[in-house]
Amino acid sequence: MSPLLEIEDLRVSFRTEDGVVGAVDGVSLSVDRDRTLGIVGESGSGKSVTGLTVMGLTRGRSTTISGSVRFDGRELTTASDAELRTVRGNDIAMIFQDPLSSLHPFYTVGRQLTEAVRAHRDVGQGEAHDRAVELMRLVGIPEPEQRMRAYPHEFSGGMRQRAMIAMALVNDPRLLIADEPTTALDVTVQAQILELIGELQKRLGMAVIIVTHDLGVVAEIADDVAVMYAGRIVEQAPKEGLFGAPRHPYTWGLLGSIPRLTAPRDEALVPIAGRPPSLIHPPSGCRFHPRCPYVRPHHTRIDPQLEPTGDPDHDVACLLPDPVRRALWAKLAAGATPQEARATEDEMMGPPTETETETQAGRP
Amino acid sequence: MSADVLLEVRDLIKHFPITRGIVFQRQVAAVHAVDGVSLAVHRGETLGLVGETGCGKSTTARTMVRLLDPTSGTIHYEGEDITHVKGRRLKQLRRELQIIFQDPYSSLNPRKTVGSIIADPLVIHGMLSGKSERKRRVQELMDLVGLNSEHYNRYPHEFSGGQRQRIGVARALALEPKLIVADEPVSALDVSIQAQILNLLRRLQSELGLTIVFIAHDLSVVRHMCDRVAVMYLGQVVELADSDTLYQHPRHPYTGALLSAVPVADVVAATTKQRQVLSGDVPSPVHPPPACRFHTRCWKAQPVCRETTPELEPKPGGSIAACHFPLTDEEAAERIPTVSAAGPVEPSA
Repeated sequence: MSPLLEIEDLRVSFRTEDGVVGAVDGVSLSVDRDRTLGIVGESGSGKSVTGLTVMGLTRGRSTTISGSVRFDGRELTTASDAELRTVRGNDIAMIFQDPLSSLHPFYTVGRQLTEAVRAHRDVGQGEAHDRAVELMRLVGIPEPEQRMRAYPHEFSGGMRQRAMIAMALVNDPRLLIADEPTTALDVTVQAQILELIGELQKRLGMAVIIVTHDLGVVAEIADDVAVMYAGRIVEQAPKEGLFGAPRHPYTWGLLGSIPRLTAPRDEALVPIAGRPPSLIHPPSGCRFHPRCPYVRPHHTRIDPQLEPTGDPDHDVACLLPDPVRRALWAKLAAGATPQEARATEDEMMGPPTETETETQAGRP
Repeated sequence: MSADVLLEVRDLIKHFPITRGIVFQRQVAAVHAVDGVSLAVHRGETLGLVGETGCGKSTTARTMVRLLDPTSGTIHYEGEDITHVKGRRLKQLRRELQIIFQDPYSSLNPRKTVGSIIADPLVIHGMLSGKSERKRRVQELMDLVGLNSEHYNRYPHEFSGGQRQRIGVARALALEPKLIVADEPVSALDVSIQAQILNLLRRLQSELGLTIVFIAHDLSVVRHMCDRVAVMYLGQVVELADSDTLYQHPRHPYTGALLSAVPVADVVAATTKQRQVLSGDVPSPVHPPPACRFHTRCWKAQPVCRETTPELEPKPGGSIAACHFPLTDEEAAERIPTVSAAGPVEPSA
């Protein structure tokens, strides 16, 4: 059976005044029923654009989309707007980061929910109302009958996000895309919402894509993880593989940048040098090379592809040989600094060879 | 007062009035933002303030440095009562008490160059009157926080979020303050940039001997940065302890719940710890619950919690907590993500 959602070589670019922004540049991934995929990355990595494009929400005159997005065998990139409308909200639903700006301040939450029900189902007001109440109960809003009459500003942040989830579930979608669903919330409320999403997923058998910048959220809720950098997936693996034996220097960088409750308190943070690149003029070769502590001269020319690492379902786009990557991670995990680990790399690979030291490909 | 206390607040209360009427405004209620906080900030330490949105952590810190006037309570700075100082003395104090804001986008004037933003405090306080002297100082500060000092004449929009936060840090350091309030300094930044700013703050603290009041909602960041931590809930401090004690032996059920809710980027810990999900939301600070304010959400609450306010007092294990039924060691251990056994999972061959 083919996966529920299959994205192949997706490219999305936006024409802007400053030039063409290649927001997503060759992303391939798939999500199966009953699975949760976490897409992690920093601002501008293309993680949200990937999610929005699945929903057909990035279409526009200045957008160019190529590649394929197949949902249950149906191609979405070439589907007409009318066809997409039947998929959106029915089969695929989405929730966003800021629930306050996703709800209309002028209408009661109940009215907005009822409207969502009636937009998709040919039912009367009364039936739609009952369905809305049932949904509010499903997502754990207390006293749903009374809360139907409340306005969004009368809800707390967590309740608003619950209301948004209720709205997304109107038609029992088969895929739920959650774009930073807990970023604007406090930790205790975040825990509630993550728990709710996990529970609903099990109960309704949905596939879920969680887009987030927080590796912690992914560790808690996802089954599989894709790490994005500068419009591409640089590493993709089941959660256990990604956290247990990460292979990409960017993933190491992310793991080293966050203070962890499970690490000794005085452990130094190892930030990634520099900052994410411009997507108008992305770096040549490996896009991470300007920030990578393990870069070798030819990495500035050759563009790495996602390749299997040998571990099950674990792919990585990195030009370092796998034994070197393993050795580097072992060093880092034992507490070595990137500089110390780099020494190991030089030891294993020798000094840069003739072919490697050729002129460095020009960076824009 | 012991000698190493730099700043101390006692019974600090800050209420924001809610008024009705346009011409004849009358107060109908008050938001109890800070309701009886007593804290001492020791010289050279980093004191963390954590809690959920609306718990009063920012208001407490801003009142401490006199950016807000307290409704009641006292503030002592180096032994001097500064609760009501005004005019010249207050301006002098401002030199020593500085603040770094959360949002590096809205806290920098977009129409001023970086050089003049950083020089502003010097101008306001009439320090280094010579133009070249001032410029030298600004460039020195830019170097100190890791900005290219040649970018003196650029505008804030030409900088990334992390660099802007560095500008904010440089501005706060311009007057060589003794105490800096860092109000969520990294919340608006990307993960890889957060670490750069956190490392910068730590370096500056050890180089310049700063005292920092560090506010954040991210418990892992607070643990990394702070020597002592005060956990706040609805305008009150519910637990106060040094970092190691707090994170290993939390005593207040609220602290335990907060710790258990933090997502950890560690698969083993994420699956083994018992996540305690607090039901409901933080009650309104306009009508806070009586007695122990946490009783409405607390799983250990007994009738006494609704009747008697628990005192902030030492509990076994070393922390100071306001709770009638503090967590036992076993309960605490279940809630905190355990330190994973040395090192990583060996990569399979």
